[in-house]
Amino acid sequence: MCRRELGALFGGPLAWVLAAVFAVLAGYFFWSELAFFVLFGGSNLPMGLWRFVFLDFRLVALLVLPLVTMRMFAEERKLGTLELLWTLPVRDGEVLGGKFLAAWLAYLVMLASTLVGPAALWALHPFALPPVIAGYVGMLLLGAALIACGLAASAVTENQVVSAMLTYGVLVFLWFVTWNEAALSEAVAPVLLQLSLFDHFYGFAQGVIDSRHVVWLLAFTAFFLFLAHRALGARAWRGVA
Amino acid sequence: MIEAHELSKRFGGRTAVDGVSLEVARGEIVGFLGPNGAGKTTTLRILAGVFPPTAGRALVDGHDLATAPLAARARLGYAPERPALYLEMTVAGQLEFVAAMRGASRTAARRAAAAAAIARTGLDDVRERRLGTLSRGLRQRVGIALALVGDPPALLLDEPAAGLDPAQSAELRRLVRALGRDHAVFVSSHVLADMEALCDRVVILHRGRVLAADTPAAIAARLRPSDRVEVEVQAAGAALDAALAAVPGVRAVHRVHEGAGRARCRVEAMPGTDVRPALAAAVAAHGWGLLALAPIEPTLEEAFLALTGVPERAA
Repeated sequence: MCRRELGALFGGPLAWVLAAVFAVLAGYFFWSELAFFVLFGGSNLPMGLWRFVFLDFRLVALLVLPLVTMRMFAEERKLGTLELLWTLPVRDGEVLGGKFLAAWLAYLVMLASTLVGPAALWALHPFALPPVIAGYVGMLLLGAALIACGLAASAVTENQVVSAMLTYGVLVFLWFVTWNEAALSEAVAPVLLQLSLFDHFYGFAQGVIDSRHVVWLLAFTAFFLFLAHRALGARAWRGVA
Repeated sequence: MIEAHELSKRFGGRTAVDGVSLEVARGEIVGFLGPNGAGKTTTLRILAGVFPPTAGRALVDGHDLATAPLAARARLGYAPERPALYLEMTVAGQLEFVAAMRGASRTAARRAAAAAAIARTGLDDVRERRLGTLSRGLRQRVGIALALVGDPPALLLDEPAAGLDPAQSAELRRLVRALGRDHAVFVSSHVLADMEALCDRVVILHRGRVLAADTPAAIAARLRPSDRVEVEVQAAGAALDAALAAVPGVRAVHRVHEGAGRARCRVEAMPGTDVRPALAAAVAAHGWGLLALAPIEPTLEEAFLALTGVPERAA
């Protein structure tokens, strides 16, 4: 399943375009943050450079990943091939797992392309690695969460644009929800802060791997994979179309 | 091989399938007939394991689709009405993918399973073509090839002849007949003439219920309203009508054609009475020349229309 997905993904132009956009944007962000850091100086690499680099990378992932996942179920529904999969001796969970893995591996390749900048910097001027590693671990977990959300959205519709927009809607809402803390009542603010997706990423960006945030991001991933699984199972009462 | 026990399926408040029971044995081709919207596709989807029935049980080779879904699905091949094709893949590519999903983990095993399905459906010339570039007839054939991957013993074909030209549907009938020798084939269609020649038995579905299940000939025979005979005589139409209607056992006389000193009538007799000798005698008694006297065989189409209540076209 995973292999077919990767083949389908990279067999068309979309994945290459997305990977190129990912690499170019991430590269530009790295370069501009580095220039900023060099210009204004400072000695604290994790807080002065890496934090901003990873927060920028996060935006690139948010932009690109919904477009990677949007077709994964929506297109199968439209082609009727989802119906074929349902009659083969595989579980929904295996299909879902294969697609998740394929999207995550594609993301891994894209993320690997961003190593070029830090590697070049390392060659010129070696730096402490742990904060960078923490940042990448955070990116891997965040990517899994974004992909799970995208798959859930893709599983409920046969329209890829609807799927992508739904993913953006959910993710951006979970980001913006805590922006204006003044608008929140004191009762709901702590709850919403807990829900805020990217708040759980800031620690990684600052070079800290906190197990609570690891668990939170994994739980987010699991929850949306569960929703995706339920959306596939909905054919029992909703029918195939 | 394929068994359905009292299957029902409701979507919200709408009942799509209502208490359908049927059975298809290995080596048998069973046709599934019914007007559009009768619930044929829903029934086939339940049998294929796409979704569970609201009530009732479906089994494939003794494996219950509800309790042993993977074992049951491993033993059946399903060709949906609209072939489920990954348009960017090649014919061989998708067949190998399905083989992998059916558990052929080694490359050689996948290739062999795909090659067998390709050979059986005569797709050798297009095996490396992309599915998106194939014509309707070829896509339909790939749809059947997908069901044959791994040679499952139970085959469910939903309207496989839809959109095929006469030559293609003749070829399809040959293929299905060949498959019927060693598989259990359950095939839905609305082309009644095809089914009559192809199927060992037919199941007629209407509004989610089974109206009849028997051999095509038996269904047609059971449902004919009466025995019918066509008579052509050298006589004036009105006089002939009167003479034929007076023959004992005749229920009705319809004049089909009149002209050039001859008339043709369709005579409906009471069921089980052969009125042909009496008709011949009546014609002879009037001194007319008898040109033709032949029974009209009931067709499955008439039976189908009679059963489903769709008015028969004016003859």
